[in-house]
Amino acid sequence: MKLLTGNDLASGAVTWWAGSWWSLHVEDAVDVDESGDAILAREEGARRVNAPYIIEAIATPEGPRPAHIKDRVRALGPTVRLDLSLKPADASVGEWVI
Amino acid sequence: MYKYDNYDQAIVDARVADFRDQVKRRLAGEITEDQFKPLRLMNGLYLQLHAYMLRVAIPYGTMDSRQMRMLAHIARKYDRDYGHFTTRQNIQYNWIKLEECGDLLEELASVEMHAIQTSGNCIRNISSDQYAGAAADEVADPRPWAELLRQWSTFHPEFSYLPRKFKIAVIASPEDRAAMRLHDIGLELIKQDGVLGARVFVGGGMGRTPMIAPEINPFIKADDLLSYIEACLRVYNRYGRRDNVYKARIKILVHEIGADEYRRQVEEELAHVKTLGIDPPLAELDRISAFFAPPAFEAVSDDIDRSDPDFAVWLDQNVKPHKQAGYAIVNISLKPIGGIPGDASSAQIDVMADLAETYSFDELRVTHAQNIVLPHVAKRDLYAVWQALNAAELANANLDLISDIIACPGLDYCSLANARSIPVAQKIATRFADLERQRDLGELKLKISGCINACGHHHAGHIGILGVDRKGVENYQLTLGGSGAEDVSIGKITGPGFNEDGIVDAVERATDKYKELREPGERFVDTYRRVGMDPFKEAIYG
Repeated sequence: MKLLTGNDLASGAVTWWAGSWWSLHVEDAVDVDESGDAILAREEGARRVNAPYIIEAIATPEGPRPAHIKDRVRALGPTVRLDLSLKPADASVGEWVI
Repeated sequence: MYKYDNYDQAIVDARVADFRDQVKRRLAGEITEDQFKPLRLMNGLYLQLHAYMLRVAIPYGTMDSRQMRMLAHIARKYDRDYGHFTTRQNIQYNWIKLEECGDLLEELASVEMHAIQTSGNCIRNISSDQYAGAAADEVADPRPWAELLRQWSTFHPEFSYLPRKFKIAVIASPEDRAAMRLHDIGLELIKQDGVLGARVFVGGGMGRTPMIAPEINPFIKADDLLSYIEACLRVYNRYGRRDNVYKARIKILVHEIGADEYRRQVEEELAHVKTLGIDPPLAELDRISAFFAPPAFEAVSDDIDRSDPDFAVWLDQNVKPHKQAGYAIVNISLKPIGGIPGDASSAQIDVMADLAETYSFDELRVTHAQNIVLPHVAKRDLYAVWQALNAAELANANLDLISDIIACPGLDYCSLANARSIPVAQKIATRFADLERQRDLGELKLKISGCINACGHHHAGHIGILGVDRKGVENYQLTLGGSGAEDVSIGKITGPGFNEDGIVDAVERATDKYKELREPGERFVDTYRRVGMDPFKEAIYG
């Protein structure tokens, strides 16, 4: 599957295209398949997101998992400061990145 | 400490107002990211993996307590309660909101700080010796010269769009504590027949193509220094490659045309530059130098009560001799075992500011090894300083030992990185946590970069580690024999890379081999240089 991701213009936070809006959580991301480039162009024009790009991901029972480690780190937060990640209460969440 | 004059303050305030307006226009959608990006980069604002990152300049790594407290305040108010001290003696904040940047920069400007020229293809923050003004072996204080270069390079109209970024270091001691020859220009102040001048090295650097800067001029008189550097930059600006980002640094130019030809061109340009009258009048130099007059040292005792054993260890490891009797230089290691190299919480930053104000004539320094220095502490106060540091978890007695690791932010934060650096640093530090074991290994500079850009200075590590991406998996190459000091050298790759756990084992095998082979007084790097790579390679790969 393919996901569309970028950073929120005002906050810089990592965001994921969730079909009609941008979510902070990769679990909300939808497969943009062949329409990714069109959505990317439209959203860049709307200027709600910074530096959007399309990535490969794998569908899992827990939701989409980016194929590349860099995007998994983006989806979670720094693996060395899990208290600052999007899942601060989950002590084992760092393993999801590796 | 240098204090801004009205002109300094006016140009910084004006830049804050400009950038505030640019941010407003960007948020309103009036300018595109392509238009905005060069503007934000000129103000030190990057877009990293998780958020905007702001790099704040700390000129030659020198601050007072008021400025240090402001850094803590910025961490609390605009970031997530911590900052990251960098290998260019700066500080970075990882979670900045674009919409808050104007207010943040205005607060910074109120204490004579900014983020100008901490990014972009311009002359970056001038770096220097963290022991400047305190080291017994310096021929002069390098800070007035670093400050002069700061003023000269700030908004220099000719050098705002160089082929690539440009880094300058100034030292004044034979012992190089600033990796001087791994800079685009390295200056070593020296005296010849009582006359102050500088050895000039041009074309060093790390990154994809590490090079040690050759000596371009063995002695340029201090009076001519600015003209000479201007000429160095002009030749680079004219002939540096703009067609290939990987070949755009001055080191490539100097290497390709040769040091002799580069020197000839600089001399030719210098003849023209000297007609422009850009060297500052002596009165201006005197004005700047007056800000760096030695503090009012007292006649105090050299005696230190070493009865507390933990204090004694810290004293031996982290406290260095001062040129003034009765005083010492205190190094605060930001490398707790298992911690993040260079990170400090806002509370810790405040503690260090308080200690500087109370015990170090209100001065602090940031080191390129991502530590903090209190440059002028009376020996009678060392125990009190240590107790306060200990209470703040800042009394790590590991300066220059294997756990005093330089590490870039790596893939945990940086959009350029290929692999994570910090977890590797944490695992190595934890493996070698026993302080007696570390002290037995002696001086061992371990440096980790998460990509070939080498922000973690891995080329200059006695042991260096480079993180690479091997088909989407983090992999770590090991190098041995580098040094950023006066015995400067570039490390050599041992062989195939390792995974995260494997690289920790490999480091341990290399240190075990060193212990087996070392002769009395030899550091790790000395033994490596004496015996060569083969015994280490055999130990590492079996």
